[in-house]
Amino acid sequence: MSVTLQVSSEVLDVRRAGSYFVISLTAPGIAEIAKPGQFITIAMGGEESSMMLRRSFAIHQVQSRGVYGGTLDIVVSVHGKGTKWLSERRRHDTLAVVGPLGTPFSLPKSPVSCVIVGGGYGSAPLFVLAEQLRDRGCRVDAVLGASTEEKLFGVLELKRLATAITVTTDDGSSGFKGNVADVLPELIDRVNADVVYACGPMGMLSAVAEIATRKRVFSQCSVEEAMACGIGVCMTCVLPVIGDDGVTRMVRSCTDGPTFRGDRVRWSDVGTIPEDTYGAPVSGVRS
Amino acid sequence: MSRALFVKPSSLSGPALSVDMTASFAGLELPSPMLTASGCAAAGKELDAFFDITAIGGVVTKSIMMQPRSGRATPRMAETPSGMLNSIGLQGPGLDRFIEEDLAWLNNRGARTIVSIAGETAEEFGKIAQRLRNVGGFEAIEVNISCPNVADRGQVFACNPVSAAQVVQVVKRNSDARMPIFAKLSPDVTDIVEIADSVIKAGATGVSLINTLLGMVIDPVTMRPALAGITGGLSGPAIRPVAVRCVWSVRQAFPDIPIIGMGGIRSGTDALEFILAGANAVSVGTSIFNDPSAPFRIHGELQVALAERGFSSLADAVSYAHRPVDTTREDPITSEQSSDDDWDFISE
Repeated sequence: MSVTLQVSSEVLDVRRAGSYFVISLTAPGIAEIAKPGQFITIAMGGEESSMMLRRSFAIHQVQSRGVYGGTLDIVVSVHGKGTKWLSERRRHDTLAVVGPLGTPFSLPKSPVSCVIVGGGYGSAPLFVLAEQLRDRGCRVDAVLGASTEEKLFGVLELKRLATAITVTTDDGSSGFKGNVADVLPELIDRVNADVVYACGPMGMLSAVAEIATRKRVFSQCSVEEAMACGIGVCMTCVLPVIGDDGVTRMVRSCTDGPTFRGDRVRWSDVGTIPEDTYGAPVSGVRS
Repeated sequence: MSRALFVKPSSLSGPALSVDMTASFAGLELPSPMLTASGCAAAGKELDAFFDITAIGGVVTKSIMMQPRSGRATPRMAETPSGMLNSIGLQGPGLDRFIEEDLAWLNNRGARTIVSIAGETAEEFGKIAQRLRNVGGFEAIEVNISCPNVADRGQVFACNPVSAAQVVQVVKRNSDARMPIFAKLSPDVTDIVEIADSVIKAGATGVSLINTLLGMVIDPVTMRPALAGITGGLSGPAIRPVAVRCVWSVRQAFPDIPIIGMGGIRSGTDALEFILAGANAVSVGTSIFNDPSAPFRIHGELQVALAERGFSSLADAVSYAHRPVDTTREDPITSEQSSDDDWDFISE
């Protein structure tokens, strides 16, 4: 069984990166065993906080040894009072952390051609992934997209890690004017891609998975669903996914995911219970 | 700022931890009064990664129904001040797979299990109880009567003393005579004591107090209900005073029935409140989402809290808040000391 730890972390650094904050923290034990695509949860606002729910963050970078032992970085986009509180943490503050959590990206056994696609700060978990793919001798082409330049994350860093990088923005403030779906088909053909890895908003993942499936390329998508517990007990973060037996089930993004095969998620049905889902209400019988 | 008004008595600095934490009620003898609250711990397996699941009193499993169930659409939850709203819709694997996988795991692991059951009709509750009776391997049944009653236009069983009693009766009839049966009551009623009276007369061994309160959140951005299910159950520390009041009222009416208390327990002193109000054991729910080790941590904190107040056993503290006012006798805790730190703010 996989190991999950509950630790008290020390904040080492909080820095701005475009629209986002990058937080470095000690994570003894977690950093050493984390795999690409896994995440941590952090309790918001201290022991007496009125915010009962942890927030989850993809593991962005890990340093398994150093002055502080294992440390890791997360990327925070402020969009509520929890993430605002987190962005206001300072060096030496402590955070209650649980991790590593979730199903990681699966890595190819042989050196194949890979495309990694990140939307906004959804690129966060792709850096460690890119490193490990390169270590395996894979070709790694990256596509980073966002609505505007300051919502791109990690373009420079990823330039160093990837064989080549394509940037898209909706408003044309950086790179190609458009979105990742506009450039992906041509890229897949050009590099003769074997696998596409993606992390970002649901709409983007849906488009990426559709393109990959159409081009008969294996895809792995890391979803971001609202979670209450992050450890598999609350059943809030479910989405309809087709299993090996062809049956659709409502599965947990936290433990069954966040990484799913792109061709297995019923993207257009996310947020609903499709009628043929295992255990779905029989119409007229249940509320 | 505030200044401490009282000095802590010396007994607080080095509490003797020889408090007997055994919870004896309803024929059960649990090594700890700490249970998980149904729906907040799945079937215990995930939490076993954070603490020894056999070290707490027991696991109250997520309510199981006869058939597999997909649950409701998402979003299923919204964070609220000191709590959350949920509308999961009893997603679950169905009774057969629960028995084969979840209950089997709990038994192999050596955990004590209280099986929570749910149904859409009184008959479904009865069939589940019957099947469980044949299987065994659990300590008690908690009857989740806060489900919509299909035969009563979807009104929840728990809100009507007659339908609540019907469910309990059929579960009792289909269970082993010695099997403890707890009816989990909803606080969304005019008089919870009336419902408690009804289920006890119908054969419930005891009651679990309380289930969530019905609530609603509207998203100010979309200007629509935040949950796909429109309404949801409110849980967490926000509802704790409601829960403590329910335990108090039912205990006052029934000095001897077994009560499992729950509703926003986050610390040892929260658990103590329920014990003092009359609970024989307590369940931890929403706080698990905040701290997956909460049931285990709170056991330790409760033990310290009891020791600090001079109790040598958990049993001595049950219902202690109901004792008559006695001006001649000193309480276990030094009489001029208030146990609530908030009194510190009454200074000058």
